Amino acid sequence: MTRISKPLVAVGLIVVCFVQLLPFYVAFTTSLKPKTDLSSQLLPPTEFYFGNFASALGDGNILRAIFNSIVVTGVSTLLVCVLGALAAYPLARRKTWVNKVVMVLILSMIMVPPLSILVPLYSMMSDFGAINTYWGIILVMVTTHLSLSVFLYAAFLRTIPTSLEEAARLDGANLFQVLFHVVFPLLKPVTATVIILTGIATWNEYALSSYILTKPDVQTIAPAIASFFSTQSSNLGAAAAAALLALAPVLIAYLFLQKWFMKGMVAGAEK
Amino acid sequence: MATTRLKTTQRTRGYRAKTHRGSGLINLLYIPALILFAIFMVYPLVSGIGLAFTDWNGYSAARSFVGFDNFSRLFTDPVFGQSLVNTFIYGVGSMILQQIFGLGLALALDRKFRGRTTARAIVYLPVLVSPVIMGTMYYLLLQYNDGAFNEIVVALGGDRVAWFADSGNAVAIIVAINSLQFMGISMIIYLAGLQSIPEMYYEAASLDGASTWHKFRYVTVPLLQPAFATSIVLNLIGGLKLFDIIKILTNGGPGYSTNSVSTLISITYFDNQNAGYASAMGVALFVIILAVTLVMNKMLGRKQLEA
Repeated sequence: MTRISKPLVAVGLIVVCFVQLLPFYVAFTTSLKPKTDLSSQLLPPTEFYFGNFASALGDGNILRAIFNSIVVTGVSTLLVCVLGALAAYPLARRKTWVNKVVMVLILSMIMVPPLSILVPLYSMMSDFGAINTYWGIILVMVTTHLSLSVFLYAAFLRTIPTSLEEAARLDGANLFQVLFHVVFPLLKPVTATVIILTGIATWNEYALSSYILTKPDVQTIAPAIASFFSTQSSNLGAAAAAALLALAPVLIAYLFLQKWFMKGMVAGAEK
Repeated sequence: MATTRLKTTQRTRGYRAKTHRGSGLINLLYIPALILFAIFMVYPLVSGIGLAFTDWNGYSAARSFVGFDNFSRLFTDPVFGQSLVNTFIYGVGSMILQQIFGLGLALALDRKFRGRTTARAIVYLPVLVSPVIMGTMYYLLLQYNDGAFNEIVVALGGDRVAWFADSGNAVAIIVAINSLQFMGISMIIYLAGLQSIPEMYYEAASLDGASTWHKFRYVTVPLLQPAFATSIVLNLIGGLKLFDIIKILTNGGPGYSTNSVSTLISITYFDNQNAGYASAMGVALFVIILAVTLVMNKMLGRKQLEA
């Protein structure tokens, strides 16, 4: 790099970082100022005002939404890992023509845009009585994220030699012992990727959740923030506080697991 | 001695036969996954095609068969036409911006310097945030009365701008926000691509007297081809599916002018109570995404989803 371009690149990077942090900063300053404070958004608050957070927690019921998101994301992610790994095992190890067809079918599900099935899915869910239930949204979330998980597990399994499984079988282990004691422990790295991809996607999911979850006591954060925001157009401080509260769990996880997040996303993208 | 060896071989053979050709019971392991796909993906896809041939309103029991009416309406309806145009603007616009920013940032952040990890983490951070929350935060910046953007406009001597009143502006703003939010994905794809290029290629090019530009053009670009393909397809499809951010910022308005096909489906179904027509749009969206994915994969020589 030449002498002139180096500082230019540095300035460019600083500008980009500033732009990326700006919405977070403005949400932060807005959330800590009362409605009567007419100072610039870009200035930090002169004194901390917590009324907006109180209103986000009270009227917005954000803690409930975070709890709902933890339940839905936790159970969905667990199921996506277990069902994905189980499905991938025969598909990676037993390559009959039937299994090849099954694999192609499962992978083609990645291409279905969620909104393309909104009408029939919603009407089916309401026939099942699954609207506004945890199990309803969990089953939909598991299905929409399962194909990527099967793909990642199958791709990873193909890189593991079969000799360990064969040795275990020779020692008399049955299929489930082989799976749980030999195969699954080897899948830890790819499981981290699946957990991160599914966890983030489910935590943030809005398109389908906003229709399947309409009541505040089951709503996850994305639909909850959207409905709180639409009722708070006159009180943006509360909307900002709600947004920050909903962000906190993701930010904390990112702070501690940053490397995993980036690695996981690359592995998921290169499919 | 000889007999023992024979026995082992036989046992090994017996085992191989059992795992690789024998009992299909192991296939039972993918049955739970298949049941979920059948109920929550395949059945809706198929019944959606069925609904597209009816005039169902979405809640009453009554529905009658209307043939291809809903599909022929897609070709004449200006509102759907607009949403289709917008969908491609969202898709192609975001894809182009994300490649420019993603590659630029990857090149800048591939070099070792202090603060590199922090810069990467900051660029990547919005990827993890729900577009609903991102939209809420950007709304604060863009609001009419005391948004920071208008503050700057006023300070520079201009008049306040109603950023979302003009549909052209609104579409451009949505493309920009979506690109800024997800350019971190392109960045890490290109970073991974850059790191896979062996240093000795650059050394060899230097020995041959190649300039920085020549090294970029004849070493970096060709070897980044797989990264280009991955990033372009991923961003294009992501943009074509755009939904959350539009819902939060404009809900398709003013009028129907900023809808994507996805948001128009939700509005046609829930607000206009026209489930039959919304289903036809759903079928159209699926076909468009499928066609674009297959064509792009073919054009970019990207490996199809492999079995």
